[in-house]
Amino acid sequence: MAVIDTRTTGYRPPATEGLSAWVARRGAAFWVVSVLLLVMPVLASPFWLVQILAYSLILGMVALSLMFLAGYGGIVSLVQMTVAGFAAYLVAILGDSAIAQISLKWPWWMAAPVAILVATLFGTLSGALSVRTEGIYTIMITLAIGSAFYYLTLQNYTIFNGFSGFNGVMPPVFLGVDWGDTIPFYCLTLVLAALAYAVVLYVSRAPFGLALQGTRDNSRRMAALGFDVMAHRVAAYTFASAIAATAGVLLVWYQRQVSPGTAGVGPVVDIVIIAVVGGLTRPIGPFVGALVYVVLRTFSLDMLEGLGLDGRRYQLVIGLGFLIIVLFSPDGLVGIWQRLRERYRRSQDGRATQMRIGGGEP
Amino acid sequence: MSLVAATAGSVSSVPGRDALASASSANALELRGVSRLFGALAALSDVTLSVRPGERRGVLGSNGAGKTTLFNCITGDFAPSSGIIRFFGEDVTAFPPQERIRRGLRRTYQISSLFAGLSVLDNVYLACRGVSRNRFSLLRPRRDDTLVHAAENLVEAVHLAPVKDRLVGELAYGQQRQLEIALALSGAPRFILFDEPAAGLSPTERRDLVHILTSLPAHIGFIIIEHDMDVALRVVESVTMMHNGRIFKEGAPADIESDPEVQELYLGGGHG
Repeated sequence: MAVIDTRTTGYRPPATEGLSAWVARRGAAFWVVSVLLLVMPVLASPFWLVQILAYSLILGMVALSLMFLAGYGGIVSLVQMTVAGFAAYLVAILGDSAIAQISLKWPWWMAAPVAILVATLFGTLSGALSVRTEGIYTIMITLAIGSAFYYLTLQNYTIFNGFSGFNGVMPPVFLGVDWGDTIPFYCLTLVLAALAYAVVLYVSRAPFGLALQGTRDNSRRMAALGFDVMAHRVAAYTFASAIAATAGVLLVWYQRQVSPGTAGVGPVVDIVIIAVVGGLTRPIGPFVGALVYVVLRTFSLDMLEGLGLDGRRYQLVIGLGFLIIVLFSPDGLVGIWQRLRERYRRSQDGRATQMRIGGGEP
Repeated sequence: MSLVAATAGSVSSVPGRDALASASSANALELRGVSRLFGALAALSDVTLSVRPGERRGVLGSNGAGKTTLFNCITGDFAPSSGIIRFFGEDVTAFPPQERIRRGLRRTYQISSLFAGLSVLDNVYLACRGVSRNRFSLLRPRRDDTLVHAAENLVEAVHLAPVKDRLVGELAYGQQRQLEIALALSGAPRFILFDEPAAGLSPTERRDLVHILTSLPAHIGFIIIEHDMDVALRVVESVTMMHNGRIFKEGAPADIESDPEVQELYLGGGHG
């Protein structure tokens, strides 16, 4: 994962590009981060691998689905965490859990795909309901759907088991590996997150993604070019919801339980914060935002108590951190990174020019 | 002319082309009793108009005469309050804009209506993609993709090749106007609506525009709204005068220009 300029890579992958050119085009940061993520199982403790990194990757995937809709389509959907939560519930209901009277005990290879499929369908329908609206109205409708789902899970005992939800949802064991173990779970999450990231990056330059950016910039003109804007937006919801639903399956395997609070209003808002703080312009943003969020959430309590303050005020630290980031960089942490890189490049150019004084071109 | 090559790229991919071939004897565009009300204001009232395939028609009229509303009704941006619109014999009154565009109708906008966050080439590529199949394709096009070629040819045809990778938001005004025209020429247009394409252009750019318009393939008809008589009267063969949402007069350019009533209404109004 790295910051790659999606705007200038062009939609034609050069057919003759060699491996070295491909490696070079990704940039140094991409390879540093990739290698770091791959060697993490050796370096990091189980706590860091799962509680920090894997959890960040999962939240990053949910935020990535929002970034796809908001960054490329201009659609601010608050329903993405609900889609993930629904997929998590479906894994518990269709598969196995400690609530034996409800869970259907399907094998994981049936429960997980069906959960992703049905949750994606749910996301698509939510999209179909809200695509005719814009801006704050989209936010209102998707928030209403999210709240409705929250109260449904809270009050329904026959399917969703009400307040207590489902516990004892275990990650699958297959190919002789217990995927709930620290390193396998980290690898599983990393592979799926990297896949989601790569697919979003690829699709952003494919006709579907380009057209979505067209509807963001100028929907009326898109219709005047022959595009069905509403159908395109609904399809964007489908695409984004598939990513969110996959993250939801990982989420229930990570937490080993799911309850109404999994997709309550708090987590719904957290996803927006993650995406905005990370940056909505690039697919890497949501992952950066998720890592910052998880680290702050995990350590702010200890940090406050270390300073002799009340540890229960940790939300204040998180809020202040995000306020500062958004205040100084409206396009999030990715925006700060880009500006730093620009400045570095310019100073490099400047130095090169000085050295060539008298002969070189500026 | 490279325009022909550029527009021929995806002829075969226009949906419904075979079905429409039988209607080729019909008028390219036919409006019957089209009205459009905005509250109590009649922006268009009872407009009846027919344009032959390949015909080039100018629409003149002072501000508020209903010219742009006429375009919006023809493309489907607004539904007409009453009346019927036929495109090559087919009743398109109830069609959404994209269905009309897929049948070969195109338009440009008075105020450039582009995708500022995308490159020049991407803008044109989207226009080519919009009237072809696989609009939802998740696969990136290959280097030898016909639509990529068509887009590159079009960019060249409107003299934008040197800036094809620049973001549209960074282009000069005149270049944006040229891009606006390139978008309208994508795919296989059969009829184009130009809404004041010369507005804000320099004299040189106007000459280029006239050249682009006069070198369009003969089968492509158009309607042009234009205040600049030097541009309008050099590219059209017939003129429709509009006034207060109604058609006021129709005729050859020379007749309209010399008509005393027209001069009174329009040319005398400071636009001449």
